[in-house]
Amino acid sequence: MAVGQDILNTLHALVDRDLCLMHICGTHEASIARAGIRSVLPPHLKIVMGPGCPVCITPQGEIDAALTLVERGYIVATYGDLLRVPGSRGSLESSGGDVRVVQGVHKAVEIARRNPEADVVFVSVGFETTAPTVAATMLSGPPDNFSILSCHRLVPPAMQWLLEQGEAQLHGFVLPGHVCTVTGYEEYERFPVPQVVAGFEPEDILLGLMMIVRQIREGVHRVDNAYPRAVRREGNVKAKRLIYEVFEPFDVEWRGFPVIAKSGLRLRQEFEQYDAQKKYDIAIRHVDKHSACICDRVLRGVAQPQDCRLFGKICTPRTPVGPCMVSHEGACKIRHLYEARRK
Amino acid sequence: MCIAIPAEVVEIRDGNTGIVDYGDLMQEVRLDLVDVEVGDFVLVHVGFAIQKLSREEGLETREVFRQVYAAMEE
Ligand code: SF4
Repeated sequence: MAVGQDILNTLHALVDRDLCLMHICGTHEASIARAGIRSVLPPHLKIVMGPGCPVCITPQGEIDAALTLVERGYIVATYGDLLRVPGSRGSLESSGGDVRVVQGVHKAVEIARRNPEADVVFVSVGFETTAPTVAATMLSGPPDNFSILSCHRLVPPAMQWLLEQGEAQLHGFVLPGHVCTVTGYEEYERFPVPQVVAGFEPEDILLGLMMIVRQIREGVHRVDNAYPRAVRREGNVKAKRLIYEVFEPFDVEWRGFPVIAKSGLRLRQEFEQYDAQKKYDIAIRHVDKHSACICDRVLRGVAQPQDCRLFGKICTPRTPVGPCMVSHEGACKIRHLYEARRK
Repeated sequence: MCIAIPAEVVEIRDGNTGIVDYGDLMQEVRLDLVDVEVGDFVLVHVGFAIQKLSREEGLETREVFRQVYAAMEE
């Protein structure tokens, strides 16, 4: 890591006060944990993971809604990551129903075409990276026995909430690289905080951190792009257009967060025949949690996985208590994977 | 599931599908979201190409992603 060493030296020279930076991406967390970046950073520089795992921020009420669909005898298709996330009464995996893991929404449509007599519902989680894939599929005319339970979320409204709320005392954000591939970073420019779009190699991440710390030292804020190879300011214009042709933003709760204005995506009226909530009259309820799991605090960046007293003891990837230990992008699972390896 | 992997487009089929090469694996993907030609590199997420990449970026980052994701999948 020769280049990395240079950047690291600069970082050490630049950090002269306590700083806390947040990233919002499971792949960033995996890269950081894998390269052991936290252990080489200046002691005053803290990196936390925010609500960057779409499965983790899906509230229990939405998992319960998916379980209701299974109980009614429908075929429920979704991503593997969602299977073991605990709802109020078990998980999709333990439901005993017809639950199928698919690579993406188009494969769920194929299941619907092959089983015209069955009702097939795709549980559609994901940020702006995933939403356009669903939008494109909706526009390609899926069969009538297909619908989606839309659990989509948008990143900027959550960032705005974190900034307004101030609980985590954040000095800057490493923006999610894959989300920005689609959205670009124009809409992040309104946030009065240092930000950088960073790539995924250890050097990329260190470079991104350095660029944020430079902004802080200069007393400025803007969005620097440290990943111009994949991210353009305007993003993927076609993909963005498709998202809003099919979906509209609405106010919705996130796990660990209250209702955040215009932070979810639901199907527009023209597509309501594919909206499982309307089609099957499914209500999504708020569920209060009753466990020692602190995923909610981890997702807001105010606690680290190790702060949880269940971490690595009762809660492990084999026996997950909360969604952050289930998903490949969850902070607890990633931390557990690499901490265990380093020991 | 928010992961995305660079791949090279090796064939474009009618409609919106194509075949991409990840280096050691070929796969059919949807091309609805990008305008590409054979030889272009794309970032693939949940079976869809979500953005076009420069060729250099595609080759460079493929290895990183492979290592990170191999570890995450364990
Ligand atoms: S270690 Fe387990 S119980 Fe604790 S916060 Fe993480 S997922 Fe929740």
